[in-house]
Amino acid sequence: MSEVITEISDSSFDSEVIQSEKPVLVDFWAPWCGPCKAIGPVIEELAGEFSDRIKFTKCNVDDNPVSPGKFGIKAIPTLIFFKQGKVVDQITGMVAKSKLQQAINSIL
Amino acid sequence: MEKADYDLIIIGGGPAGLTAGIYAVRARLNVILYEKLVPGGQIIVTDWVENFPGFPEGISGMELVDRMVAQAKRLGLKIENNEVISLDISGPVKRVVFPDGAITAHAVILATGAHPKKLGVLGEEAFLGKGISFCATCDGPFYKNKVVAAVGGGDTAVQESIYLTKFAKKVYLIHRRDQLRATKILQERAFANDKIDLIWNSVVTGVEGSDGLEKITVKNIKTGEFKEFPVDGCFIWVGILPNSGFIPDTIKKDEYGFIITDYKMETSAPGVFAAGDGRSTPLRQIATAVGDAAIAAFSAEHYIESLKN
Repeated sequence: MSEVITEISDSSFDSEVIQSEKPVLVDFWAPWCGPCKAIGPVIEELAGEFSDRIKFTKCNVDDNPVSPGKFGIKAIPTLIFFKQGKVVDQITGMVAKSKLQQAINSIL
Repeated sequence: MEKADYDLIIIGGGPAGLTAGIYAVRARLNVILYEKLVPGGQIIVTDWVENFPGFPEGISGMELVDRMVAQAKRLGLKIENNEVISLDISGPVKRVVFPDGAITAHAVILATGAHPKKLGVLGEEAFLGKGISFCATCDGPFYKNKVVAAVGGGDTAVQESIYLTKFAKKVYLIHRRDQLRATKILQERAFANDKIDLIWNSVVTGVEGSDGLEKITVKNIKTGEFKEFPVDGCFIWVGILPNSGFIPDTIKKDEYGFIITDYKMETSAPGVFAAGDGRSTPLRQIATAVGDAAIAAFSAEHYIESLKN
């Protein structure tokens, strides 16, 4: 299922996220972050459900410090929803799948 | 004996819930565990565990979780992701209600755990994820060569402050008393660490910044003096509160909302047991959670047996 989640970088952030016609979810994560690892499977499940309507991406903040810096991210996991290049919602920390579903439904 | 979907439902997938599950499947109970997020609970955010026996070098919280989950699953524990919204214990068969349905069981183990307390100061919410944090392993690396504050004086506050010094150039550890509550070995390490400055008898009264946190105001409760500290981050470890939202009032709790049990881990409601951080107990550790849970599962097994006779 993970092939529906695109790994993005500082250099591809603009083309993959800002220029995207579809709404985009960016999962800012790092390998040292337990909760990030823990919510990974939840995001994969959601990607399986919603990837026809939302582009699911993940950004490793260790390898790509510029993008998280731009959005003032100082805590992970942080999920940011973009629509037409604009931030429409931001969720920090571990949250229940139902909360993420709500967030997704409200931006669709 | 009335019919029910399961013998036992375990609510919560931290060390207590997983341990109860391990004991229950080995007792051949028809059991299921529900976790609202992902299995692990608060140890997911614990950088290093060195007081849980069996790991001579210590072990990361996340790895310990992975091992507990693997062990429970290997033994055949069913773990499902769903959030309990209410619990009906008025009859002999207990009913656990989810947003999308309900299931029944003869016994329930509440391994619902706890969550970190907030400071309760103005502006705190606005800086969540933008300087205010509860998780050093998640957010510590964002503070490389920065100055941060940590609030609290217990094991978590001291352990995680020491961890933060791997990244931050200075950690102000702010504690409301004139001595730490943390276990002695952690105190010794904190006192020996040049990067940790202890700010005694003090509480945080304000947090300020524009896009992100920039400074905190600290009040010395002995002298009444206020002082500002420019910091990039503020980590809060001032204790925990029980996750007891859906637990009915008919189950007795202490003044802080932690569930009261007897020595068999049974609550004031027959057939409802509690284990782990959500229980009213003098010490909240992984070791105590798994101990509680073994007793709770054993007691639940006997309770279910007694119904059959």
